[in-house]
Amino acid sequence: MAIRTEEMVLNMGPQHPSTHGVLRLELTLEGEIVTNVIPHIGYLHRCFEKHCEAMTYPQIVPYTDRMDYLASMSNEFGYAVAMEKLLGIEVPERVQYIRVIMAELQRIASHLVALGTYGADIGAFTPFLFCFRDREKILNLFEITCGARLLYNYIWVGGLSHDIHPDFVRKTREFIKEFRPNLKETNDLLTHNRIFIDRTANVGILPIETAINFGVSGPNLRGSGMKWDIRKDDPYSVYHKFDFDIPVGDGRNGTVGDSWDRYFVRVQEMEESLKIIEQALDQLPEGDVTSAIPKRIKPVVGNVYGRVENPRGELGYFIISDGSTSPYRVKVRAPSFVSMQVLNELCKGHMVADVVAILGSIDIVLGEIDR
Amino acid sequence: MKNAEEIFQILKNKFQDSVLEFKTDQPTEPIIIVQALEIDKICSFLSSEDELQFNSLVNLSGVDEIKENKLSVYYHLESTIHRHKILLKISTSREKPEVPSVVEVWQGANWHEREAYDMFGIIFLNHPDLRRILMPYDWEAGYPLRKDYENPEYYQGMKVPY
Repeated sequence: MAIRTEEMVLNMGPQHPSTHGVLRLELTLEGEIVTNVIPHIGYLHRCFEKHCEAMTYPQIVPYTDRMDYLASMSNEFGYAVAMEKLLGIEVPERVQYIRVIMAELQRIASHLVALGTYGADIGAFTPFLFCFRDREKILNLFEITCGARLLYNYIWVGGLSHDIHPDFVRKTREFIKEFRPNLKETNDLLTHNRIFIDRTANVGILPIETAINFGVSGPNLRGSGMKWDIRKDDPYSVYHKFDFDIPVGDGRNGTVGDSWDRYFVRVQEMEESLKIIEQALDQLPEGDVTSAIPKRIKPVVGNVYGRVENPRGELGYFIISDGSTSPYRVKVRAPSFVSMQVLNELCKGHMVADVVAILGSIDIVLGEIDR
Repeated sequence: MKNAEEIFQILKNKFQDSVLEFKTDQPTEPIIIVQALEIDKICSFLSSEDELQFNSLVNLSGVDEIKENKLSVYYHLESTIHRHKILLKISTSREKPEVPSVVEVWQGANWHEREAYDMFGIIFLNHPDLRRILMPYDWEAGYPLRKDYENPEYYQGMKVPY
């Protein structure tokens, strides 16, 4: 007599350590094999877009911080880029350089969280502590810059809230010097660890066509072997002045586009960010950082789509102005929101334990998905 | 690589009256306005035609244009092959906001369309899974991003403080 089997529905979350926030995954299981994943989001919905319609343009900046709370600088940067495009403001060179330095430091900090928690998800706890130790140093740099460690309100439309601290350049250089050997140490511990590779290689393979069709961007897209980065392909700010590479997944431990590739792209990106920061510190011009900030922002009627390369991918702001001092409509194209959709494709046919490995490799932030 | 005007001409030749207007009075990029009920055909043409190949839907956003008594949808499309991009716009009535879904063309449209449904009540025909996404599934007070939306006093018998 054959054993009678039936499908089982399992709720993972909303409170679950490896969902990286408040997310519920409805898993349909056949034994231990996942046949379908339905993500339920919205637990962190804070009506960002509705709020924007009631606020003036400069007031929106602190709210953008709270979307992707691991990469607040990049969120502000994106908003500033979009608004300056709409207003036609030319921003001083010094402001552009400082913004790039901050955005790249933020990218490293965000990737450190991604890598650390990814290791912890899979069972490697030590790299998590190493990553957070280094991230702490970046947060200290932000703290001397603007007083805040996570939500900065530093990059304003047309400039910065104030100039960098006199010690900032020296301390950033010190950080880079300390961080390079630490990165190697993390690599030895986690990246090339046999157990880690066995858990992540050939798991959750994202083919390049699927990735593009779903609109996936950032390290997830590059992990699938696509050389696409807004910093190079649609340059904004002063990124065209710096020399850096765009790492892509090459499937060296399994198949192109597997979880390990997505992970390793992030490791390599930190190296590239260090290169950009070094170059920007060398070339940092003098000047006033507040001179181009408009007294009153009242754009012409029309719309703008401004986008930047956030640590998680393409962050876009679609802003419609009706000629008044507050926007008529703001829509945020959050990279995690788009990447999350692909989860079902990645998880089908894998074990339950692999769902954790795949979810961690996409590196989502729920604050940004739910806004 | 083609600019927006050339793409508009290609569309105009192919779809004639369904392609309504090329709006250039914008501060940044021009808008191509098309017939709402033809959007799925136009998008599938845009993605499959060799010289266009818009393989990626960057963004999709609903907008409530209450002064014209319309709901609109904006599509930001991009081709990673030819490296060109355009902005499409469709409008539908507020009373019966029904537009065809483009999930068949770009799977990434799925959640964007669900969000537009959730926030504006735009019905995307043939969408595989049109449910609310950010608001609770049992939210009955309407569509929050509509300009005439009013905050409910009660949700499931609980007073909503605001």
